[in-house]
Amino acid sequence: MAYRRFNLRAALLLGAVLVGSSPALAEAVLHRGNAGEPQTLDQAHTSINIEEFILKDLYEGLTIYDASGKIVPGAAETWDLSDDGLTYTFKLRGDAKWSDGSPVTAEDFAFSFRRVEDPKTAAGYANILYPIKNAEKVNKGEAQPTDLGVKAVDEKTLEITLERPTPFFLELLAHQTALPVSKASVEKNGADFVKPGTMVSNGAFKLVSHVPNDNLVVEKNPNYWDAANVKLDKVIFYPIDDQAASVRRFEAKEMDLVYNFSADQIDRLRGAYGDQVHVSPTLATYYYAFDTRQEPYSDVRVRQALSMAVDRDFLAKEIYSGSQIPAYSMVPPGIETYGEPAKADFSALSQLDREDKAIALMKEAGYGEGGKPLDIEIRYNTNPNHERVATAIADMWKNTFGATVSMVNLDVSSHYAYLQEGGKFNVARAGWVADYADAENFLALSLSSNKTFNYGHYESAEFDDLMKKSYEETDPAARSKLLHEAETLLMKDQPIAPFLTQADLWLVSGRVQGWHDNAANQHLSRFLSVSE
Amino acid sequence: MIAFVLRRLASAVPTLFIVVTISFFLMRFAPGGPFNLERPLPPATMENLVRTYQLDQPLWRQYATYVSNAVTGDFGPSYVYKDNSVAELIGKGLPYSMELGFYALLLALIGGVAMGTVAALRQNSALDFGIMSLATVGTTVPNFVVGPVLTLIFAIILSWLPAGGWGDGSLRFLILPMIALALPQLAVFARLTRGSMIEALHADHIRTVKAYGLPARVVVVTHAMRGAMLPVVSYLAPCAAALLTGSAVVETIFTIPGVGRYFVLGAINRDYTLVMGTVILIAIFVIVFNLLVDILYGLLDPRVRHD
Repeated sequence: MAYRRFNLRAALLLGAVLVGSSPALAEAVLHRGNAGEPQTLDQAHTSINIEEFILKDLYEGLTIYDASGKIVPGAAETWDLSDDGLTYTFKLRGDAKWSDGSPVTAEDFAFSFRRVEDPKTAAGYANILYPIKNAEKVNKGEAQPTDLGVKAVDEKTLEITLERPTPFFLELLAHQTALPVSKASVEKNGADFVKPGTMVSNGAFKLVSHVPNDNLVVEKNPNYWDAANVKLDKVIFYPIDDQAASVRRFEAKEMDLVYNFSADQIDRLRGAYGDQVHVSPTLATYYYAFDTRQEPYSDVRVRQALSMAVDRDFLAKEIYSGSQIPAYSMVPPGIETYGEPAKADFSALSQLDREDKAIALMKEAGYGEGGKPLDIEIRYNTNPNHERVATAIADMWKNTFGATVSMVNLDVSSHYAYLQEGGKFNVARAGWVADYADAENFLALSLSSNKTFNYGHYESAEFDDLMKKSYEETDPAARSKLLHEAETLLMKDQPIAPFLTQADLWLVSGRVQGWHDNAANQHLSRFLSVSE
Repeated sequence: MIAFVLRRLASAVPTLFIVVTISFFLMRFAPGGPFNLERPLPPATMENLVRTYQLDQPLWRQYATYVSNAVTGDFGPSYVYKDNSVAELIGKGLPYSMELGFYALLLALIGGVAMGTVAALRQNSALDFGIMSLATVGTTVPNFVVGPVLTLIFAIILSWLPAGGWGDGSLRFLILPMIALALPQLAVFARLTRGSMIEALHADHIRTVKAYGLPARVVVVTHAMRGAMLPVVSYLAPCAAALLTGSAVVETIFTIPGVGRYFVLGAINRDYTLVMGTVILIAIFVIVFNLLVDILYGLLDPRVRHD
């Protein structure tokens, strides 16, 4: 049925208007909905998952996520790590080739990484590769790109030296910023290397055409080392920023995959499409930050009380129709190297008990009924779901503490600009989606040295110290323990109140095979196929 | 006539300049910038970006650079769609918006004038009432409702037409967005035509030609229509400018790769150059269509002459 578009296109040429003949070519085409138009196809400038889905089909990094979201070898076949944890030696696949047939070399990777760190490139995610020796200095213009700790030992051997042991480095290499570019192509074509007809890629697919806001077509790359196992001939990405519109195109059988639709559609879609509706917990946390610089939020008891009084089950079930999961930890579950996250101690209590305890804590702090008045302003970025959450929480705080709650919302840019520039607030909504599958990515947000993301200006020497130790620890188990201690402390102090672990919502048509839900939300088209 | 056109074109230059100046500074009053994302960038990255795009320069210098580049046809890079310049984005999208907008304009104009005329001739009949109710619905129901409803019926339930996309640009893909785009304008044309037609039919010169015993068809089409078209023609200018430069709502609902969405996206993303580009584009369309309509007016109404 999804071939109807093309049947009809052919039929139109014959002058017919509505025909349902069989397709001329039995080409395996995946119609892949994407949540919007990619802002760039340049690995140095990419920042959103709309681009990630496309770029990871076009290019292959040293490591990749497999169909189940696990890190496996990509363009690198094997690697060694020195005993001090500082030097990785990657052996590239002998048969790894670019789509123009030329070999993928260690120099291509070295060139790509230098390009990302070069301040002239102004790469948006340059910090992803900061663990590489001198990367931060190069990026800040304090060292030359040639000083970067990457070296092509020979055509197929790449040596990467790290600034300090980085236990999650292999995850970082699977980020879209770490995808390689062809040195020859970039040197020849400059910024135009991303354009169809010019782009040379080393992944399972190559770029054929791109009409902004209409579609982007990639087809199987015959030069890909594992081309024999790539079952799709073509993938068409449809950029649709209107969630309702993408659901309609799925229902009209024009698209096989739809990513992120409105949560209030879950029940209806489940009724109509059953197990084609996928709700998959992801590495993303929805939280509120308290401005710890100001009274009364500088008081840990107030923060704990406010956090406890929020009925997370209500938010998850009533507002998100079960598309999000109640969270009591900053780090979401599903990270292999971390295991079960360290939850706030009140998670063990029932909501009623939490409320009693919250009232007692608030009283102790001298606020709320019978104490100083509690005036709270919630800031959030304009979005119907965030508004519903804020309204519900305001209600909970009103009922529990007799607080007066007001709400302010700004568009995304303004909201985050305000927080980033150190603007004062009471309580502010924020969300964090993992850049790489490691607990550090979530916990580092609350470091006192993190001027950008530590919105509430939480300062704890003990927390900073535990994190510092975790960076120096090379033993994975000991490191995980340190991170758990840090999270336990963070959850006790509650400078941030995690509410929900977000879920990725996918519609996966019945003709798609090889789909596996995973917390990393990695779904390379290479592992998918379509049936008739 | 030629002198009139040249004079008008010359006066367009200061108009454009004022539009550019006001929008440039208004845009910068909005909090945040193109690189304040939901995920804030680290300071070092921000610094590199700001330097690369020269946003660290004083505002007056950025303005001077922008204007001097714009004069030479360089509207700068898009801050958000980094692989493209603003000129490229608009150049790629405009043909789609114009094609769709042109069809919608034809549909609105022909359909609206025909319906308005019929309603005027059958004034206060059931037909008149029906057409005017339809026109009221057309004006009041927004196209973000019309679009999805059309899709639901014709694409999902009946499976007759595609739910979205430009496809190969064939009529099948354009029918639904065209209707959604044309409907509100069609309603306006119908109401304008009906009103002015009723007035025209009661004018002295029409009574005279009727008295001469000319056939009703000639009276309406040749004589009354000419006068009745004047308000329709005045509305044609803003309507054509709006339809041909695309609609953010219709383009988003139907995934049309046009330029209409860039104005809204640009503003939300603080993509300064993209907003400026679309402002200039719309300003040019408004200026050109106002000029065309003034010329047309001169041809239709003997009282208006451009010497």
